[in-house]
Amino acid sequence: MILLAVRHAAGVPPGLAPARQQMAVSLGWHIVLACFGVAFPSMIWVMHRRGVRHNDSVALVLAQRWAKVAAVLFAVGAVSGTVLSFEMGLLWPGLMTRFGDVLGLPFAIEGIAFFVEAIFLGIYLFGWNRLEPRIHVRTLLPVMAAGVAGAFCVVSVNAWMNAPSGFTLAANGSVRNVRPFAVMFNRVALLQFLHMWIGAFMLVGFVVAAVYATGMLRGRRDEYHRIGFLIPFAFASVAALVQPFVGHVTGARLATEQPSKLAAIELNTESRARAPLIIGGVLINAKVRGGFEIPLLGSVVATNSLNGSVPGLNEFAPKDRPRASVVHLAFQTMVGIGTSLAAFAFLFWVAKRKGIDVLARRWVLRAAVLAGPAAVIALEAGWITTELGRQPWIVYRVMRVPEAASDSSGLWVSYSLVLVLYSAMTVIAVRILLSMARRWRAGVDLDLPTPYGPGN
Amino acid sequence: MTAVQAVAALVFIGIMAYGLFGGADFGSGLWDLTAGDARRGGPLRSLIDHSIGPVWEANHVWLIFVLVFLWTGFPRAFGAIVTTLTVPLAAAAVGITLRGSSFAFRKVTGSLAEARIFGAVFALSSVITPFFLGAVAGAVASGRVPAAGQGDVWRSWTGPSSFLGGILAVGTCAYLAGVFLVSDAHRTAEVELVELLRRRVMRVGALTGVMAFGGIFVLRHDAPTLFDGLVGRGLVFIVASALGGVVSLYALWTRRFPWARLAAAAAVASVLAGWGAAQYPWILVDELSLTAGAGADATIRALLEVGIAAIIIVVPSLVWLYHLVDSPPSTAHHA
Repeated sequence: MILLAVRHAAGVPPGLAPARQQMAVSLGWHIVLACFGVAFPSMIWVMHRRGVRHNDSVALVLAQRWAKVAAVLFAVGAVSGTVLSFEMGLLWPGLMTRFGDVLGLPFAIEGIAFFVEAIFLGIYLFGWNRLEPRIHVRTLLPVMAAGVAGAFCVVSVNAWMNAPSGFTLAANGSVRNVRPFAVMFNRVALLQFLHMWIGAFMLVGFVVAAVYATGMLRGRRDEYHRIGFLIPFAFASVAALVQPFVGHVTGARLATEQPSKLAAIELNTESRARAPLIIGGVLINAKVRGGFEIPLLGSVVATNSLNGSVPGLNEFAPKDRPRASVVHLAFQTMVGIGTSLAAFAFLFWVAKRKGIDVLARRWVLRAAVLAGPAAVIALEAGWITTELGRQPWIVYRVMRVPEAASDSSGLWVSYSLVLVLYSAMTVIAVRILLSMARRWRAGVDLDLPTPYGPGN
Repeated sequence: MTAVQAVAALVFIGIMAYGLFGGADFGSGLWDLTAGDARRGGPLRSLIDHSIGPVWEANHVWLIFVLVFLWTGFPRAFGAIVTTLTVPLAAAAVGITLRGSSFAFRKVTGSLAEARIFGAVFALSSVITPFFLGAVAGAVASGRVPAAGQGDVWRSWTGPSSFLGGILAVGTCAYLAGVFLVSDAHRTAEVELVELLRRRVMRVGALTGVMAFGGIFVLRHDAPTLFDGLVGRGLVFIVASALGGVVSLYALWTRRFPWARLAAAAAVASVLAGWGAAQYPWILVDELSLTAGAGADATIRALLEVGIAAIIIVVPSLVWLYHLVDSPPSTAHHA
């Protein structure tokens, strides 16, 4: 309470701390489900098409089960997405009042994409045994297209917060000359979208593959587990191999777009050419502690040149610096995991091509099981990097986070509620998915005989 | 019609669509709640599952449509609403989360005991959520949201108009859902269910109608600007809504279910259109006009284009979805 009072006295709105926490929890949670919305339909489509084309009954069963899993994940994703659209206003009224008409258009288009996704997913899920198979498979195409469009729109707003454009500020601070399409197609939108979109395929592919790898480790070695593993793993592998390049190009833009984020990522205290790459390490009293330095590599990864100058935190006033240690470690977690996943995927397919029965090796399967949660951690770490790296700005060099946050200290209540609700939803969703898998293995029909009621 | 008015019209079209489709979804919760124990309520709950299962997610996108169009088209109004009506909006968000997730969980859970809990959560939150959304509407319509925002977080939405908005929302949702469910039960020839529901639905409809028209006199004192609009520009919609309500009740009485469905939908759509007409030209009644609250011109124009594109893309797709759900299952294409 004393801390709060002090902060309030310093002109910080009482809603700031809970707004931050609530946004972190609900967005960090939703982002995993959003990945499923973006990437899972493509995997179901490949599986379902294989089933229809080759009359492959195993593939058809898998597609139908994945569709049922998707129905559950999309339902919780839809509600957590709706919560986010409330939260944009409830948590960040300062941002929305001032910039709602600047950043709103991509959200409006995302609304259409979400509509298309929900409608055609409804049609697809309902269409089993009702639509002609070839048409039925194709009802996934609009869902896939909507996933791409929706992801672009949402990420473009985040990209705009990193590289604001499409408006001018008058001397009195009022927003003028709004060009909504210039906002949407800002300088970093395409790269940031690609990075996120590919990340979604990595996350979903590795997570789904991990489920079937677990099954194989438990001795369930059949065609069902083989293709249930291989198809999502193939998606994830392609994504994992492309991602380092996209990530590198995206990061290289930081030197011009967001030097303070780059300085934090590199944990570079002073601007310098021929900067080393610091692996690990934290900032204590403005000094790097515990890191391991590789000479010159910092300049190379940030600028593609040995002599490239890397901006340092000293270029920024202390109140304009992000929390460098967290950003640095989050970034290296992402890159470390991403690189390992790419290497694992590469070696897996090379070995498989050489005729080695990779799926028979238990350590390969164990690694594949680990790859699932690792991909989730990498995605969250990437998100933490970009969000915390932008601090203290909500719109880079235009608006600070406290200016955007709510004045309501009641947000501590809503934050606690979100924490409880989302934890409960996570536990329940996981339990239900496991129970579905158990019933499928036992050959039990999923539908309950006479459903449910309060009372009695 | 200016571009600002057109965007405001799109927002209201979104509200009407949400009122109809989302409303029928929410309302099914009340019927689920009162269906009785697991055995007795089984057939009705199965019907509810079948009727809203494939469409509820699409129906709720209308809410996102409304929110997004509001904050993009009228950012100041949006900011004022969220900083004043924080409590009912947060409550509605929680309600939506509970209802959506528990509805999805109930369908696939492994045991009857769990299904009952999820069912109860789904049903209760389905009743509570429209109340809060109605209270938000009542607060805006009675001029309780100051243009600068930061209004009283409690008193802004606990006035008579908000209470009226809340119970009317619950009542209309229940009536709409009831009519849709009766007509679905009729189509699938579940005679017992039709007879069980028909009278109850008529009672809910009559009660809601009485509240709606009684409510007009509450508004006369509590929301004079809205009242003037309702008996002025909005009168034609109010009369249409009354007619729709009466026709739908008569159609239920005489078992003409497709007509009942159409007339009930028309009644609800007209009442929402009447609200829109009555509060024109305000976006926040007595506080902020559409023109004063509108966002940048370029954004309004772009939003209009997006809105038109949305209608062109979304409406045919929705028609296909509803058509598919309405058509009888065929066994011709077993996978």
